[in-house]
Parts: sequence; structure tokens; C-alpha cells
Amino acid sequence: MSKNAIQYVYHPENFDKSDPLLTQLSDLKSQEMIINLGPQHPSTHGVLRLEVVTDGEMIVKVIPHMGYLHRCFEKHAENLPYNQIIPFVDRLDYAAAMNSEHIYAMGVERMLGIEKNIPPRIEYIRVLVAELNRLSSHFLGVGAYAMDIGAFTPFLWMMRDREHINRLLEWVSGARMLYNYIWIGGLYYDLPVGFEARCLEFVHYLKPRLVELQKLVMENQIFIHRTANIGVLPLDMAINYGVTGPMLRASGLRYDLRKVDAYSVYPEIDFDIPIGEGKMGQVGDCWDRTSVRVEECWQSLRIIEQCIEKLTSVHARTNAFDPQAMLPKKIRPQKMDFYCRGESPKGELGFFFRHNTNFDIPARCKVRSPCFSNLSVISEITQGAMLADLIAILGSVDFIMGEVDR
Amino acid sequence: MTFLEIKNLLIQKFGDQVILQEVPGLQPQLVVAAYEIVDVCSFLKNNANTFFDSLSCITALDNSTVEQSFDIIYHLYSIPHEHHLIIKVTIDRGNENIQPNIDSISSVYRTADWHEREAFDFFGIIFNKHPDLRRILLPSDWEGFPLRKDYQQQKYYHGIEVASVATSDTKI
Repeated sequence: MSKNAIQYVYHPENFDKSDPLLTQLSDLKSQEMIINLGPQHPSTHGVLRLEVVTDGEMIVKVIPHMGYLHRCFEKHAENLPYNQIIPFVDRLDYAAAMNSEHIYAMGVERMLGIEKNIPPRIEYIRVLVAELNRLSSHFLGVGAYAMDIGAFTPFLWMMRDREHINRLLEWVSGARMLYNYIWIGGLYYDLPVGFEARCLEFVHYLKPRLVELQKLVMENQIFIHRTANIGVLPLDMAINYGVTGPMLRASGLRYDLRKVDAYSVYPEIDFDIPIGEGKMGQVGDCWDRTSVRVEECWQSLRIIEQCIEKLTSVHARTNAFDPQAMLPKKIRPQKMDFYCRGESPKGELGFFFRHNTNFDIPARCKVRSPCFSNLSVISEITQGAMLADLIAILGSVDFIMGEVDR
Repeated sequence: MTFLEIKNLLIQKFGDQVILQEVPGLQPQLVVAAYEIVDVCSFLKNNANTFFDSLSCITALDNSTVEQSFDIIYHLYSIPHEHHLIIKVTIDRGNENIQPNIDSISSVYRTADWHEREAFDFFGIIFNKHPDLRRILLPSDWEGFPLRKDYQQQKYYHGIEVASVATSDTKI
């Protein structure tokens, strides 16, 4: 582009043409009106635009408009070698990049047939960092959710604790959020010396904070009144819409891909799957969804402790250990279609690959993003709710627009 | 049920006019005739032995301009039985007059609703009887379908110069 090129020609119809409303003004009944929520609105957690038809304070219809954060992941992936796609994978779910990287690397390794050769120390480190990132993602989800419905303190407290995780992961990889740490066939680098001890210190620090969180948010009467019996998602609807992750578990199904598919070293690790039980209201309401996330934090801590235990005893650091030893020189799988899935903090994250050339480049790399499917249920569960509850329901879905829009 | 059992069950029910062939591999696929996709999916969902209650993913692929076809791949999963099935459908690429089209399975799986909109957005595949077939990620007035192999990027969008993307000719 030349230096003085005109970058934008304003025209009053541009916006209407690029993202028109679905509801025609002439179809509205006399009491109804259209409220446009977003795309720049803090409670939409990114750039989601909602077209809300309301009758007074009751919601008649919610129509999501996405694509404001579309970065052409699948188009870029057509021209990039497998290892260079990893930084793009980071930017899908930018709040849980390690989990996405782990699942992506696992998929490519299975295509190459080298997944059995990965040393256990590497797999334990991968699970350790992925669980740390899961904690950080849930902190962001719960903290921002509490702020959505009017409590400011939990957000600051969660951000304070999340900062420790960010710094731990920065120590590991050099970056705070977008790591490019898990590589196909290995890792960028071994854990820094002293990391295990510091990480254990963090676990001990965090446990009382989670108890505090339980008292401050989950058992808070205002919070319960705002979330219990709101946005109830029945189990059959959840499955039919492809909802996964904490949202599906909150609806009462004990379904976690870490157990179901038993990938990586998860079968060697002891942890439980919390589900929603309708303690404060009905099964599958907003409170249950938040509660499942908080319970999962405890389980992640258990996983982290077991990983550190293994990483300091059976699979302890040795001088001979090289995390890059297994990296394939050329990433050229057989010609095939392959789908690989795993449990990211938001749900089932899947990568579909088609490889049909002799290059390092996939012919197609499609992302099955959990947030995309989770968000699609929003227009069902908001029907008949109050306008103020719409914010509560949106926050409880805990989506990241980077993954919805890709 | 194993892949072979499901395949035999489907051939028994629909015959080999509909269940065309099997693509072997690490994850075997079943090629199904496009015009019966809704019936096959609803049979698989409602049969107690298969009970594929969830649809993980729908992927559309362009098989190149030489073969003149699109693939659509459905990943079905049964939560209680813990078995997978991958269904592959090949449809004609169409021409200026006829757009590529296939029946929508969003009446069987609601997951398909948005996934099919995405396939329409990127490949221009029309899903018949879809409740709300609009572009989902790109702006409504974007020209062309970006993931097609013969996609030509527009030069300007609302007067903004569109940055050029590296093409597959500039491969390493």
C-alpha cells in the first residue's frame, strides 16, 4: 500500500451492508424493540455483537453476530508448515494457549506415528504447563464473570493469582500468554532450574486462595441470587448443540476427554471430574457452570502436584535430557485425513488435518473450537430471560472470541 | 460397535447404492451418497445400537479444480457407546448456474447449524433447508469464498485496500 493511500471511505450504508440486522423493523410487534449489544462492550468478553429483541425487559430473541476477530487462521494454515502453525494456534484461545498447543502437537505426532516415542518427562511437562494454563483460564473466566454481575473484588483477586501463573509460564517459555513452547515431538526447552520447587510453592499459596474464592463468590448470597436458576441448560439440548467442557458437565454429564480418550499421561494421574448438581438451584444453571470451573481448579492443582512429584523423582532432570532430541527434521506424514481432539479449558478442541502433498504443509487444517459450539446455544437458553440476566448467562458460557472467530 | 459392524448395519439398511465405499487408514471413513445424508444421520442417531448423539465437527474441503468436487466430512460420536464414525460425502463443484449443494442435517444435529454456515461462508456450499444460511465469520458483502482453490481476492473492501495473502505458489 502506498504511503498516502486512502484507508477508508466512509459511507453511511457500509455497516448495514457488512453486518445487517436479521430482524426487520416491520416485523416487530408494537411492544418490541431491538437492542444492539456490542461488539465493543466489556461484558461480551471480546468482540461479540448481539442483536437482542426485547419486549420490555423480557428477551424475545437473541441473534449473535460474529466475525469481528476473524484472522483467517484456516487460510493462513494452507500456506504454512506444521511447526509454523503453532504460533497461530496460540492465538486461537489466547487465554489457554498451552492447552491448544498440546492438542495440536499431539495430533501431528499421531499423524507421524511418533506419539509413543515421546519421553515421559516431556509429556509430564506438557501436562504440567497445560494444567497451569487451565487454572489461569478458569481464573479469568470466573473473575471476569463476577465482575460482569457487579462484584469488582473477585476480578482483582483472580488477576493477582493469575499473574503468578503468567510469571511462572514466562519463566518457562519467555512469553506471558502466547508461548510457542510445546513443539511437535518435544518442547522448546526443559523446565528452568528451580521451577518445580517454585511451582509447588505456588500450589501451597493457591489453596487458601481457592477457599477464599469459594466464600467470596460461590457462597455469596448476591452471587447466588444472580446466577441460581438462571440460564438453565438441559442435558439433551447441550448434547444436541455440541456443547462440551465445563458447560456440559454442569448440565450433569460426567464427560471429560482427559478420561474418555485417556490421552497423554492423564491415565497415570488421579483426578476427579466435577459435575453440576444443582446445589443452589437447578442442574445446569449459571451457578453450576461457575461452580464446576472452581471445582476444576482444585482438580488441576491435584494434577500439578502429581506431575511435580513425578518430575522430581522418576522422571527427574538429567544432564543428558534434551527436549528437542525427538523433533522430526521433516514433518511429512502419510497422505491421510486425521482428526485429533482433546480437552481444553472450554471443552472439546479438535483439529482436522488433510495431508495430500509431499511438503510439510497441510492441505487443510480445520479447528473445531469448543467456544464456537458452546456459544451457539446462547439463543436457546436466553429465551424468556430478563435483559439483566443476559449478561449473567453470557459470562457463564466463558467463551473467548479469538477461538469463535478464528 | 466397531467400524465394520456399523458399516454392515448401514449397508443392510440402505444398500450399497447409498453406502458407497470405505476409505481405509488410521481413521477409516465411510463414503455416503450425498442425497441420503439426512436419512443416514437420523438413522444413526435414533438406532439404539449406534446412538450417535453428538456431532463433533463438520469440515468442508476443496478437492482442487481438477477433480471439480468438494468433500464434506462429518465426525459423529456416541457419548454412551464411546464410538466414532467418520462420514465422507463428495459433492459436485457446480458451475456459474448451479451452486454446489447438499441437504442440511441441522434438523438432526443442531451443532450442524453453525458449522454449515461456516462451510457456506468459506466454500459457498448451499445447504438445502438450512434454517438460517448466512455468512457467519466474514462480512455479508464479502466477495467470493476464500477457501476455494480458485479464489480471487477482491482488491478493495469499502475503499480499504485488502492486504495480499501469500499464495501457495510462494511455498518454501
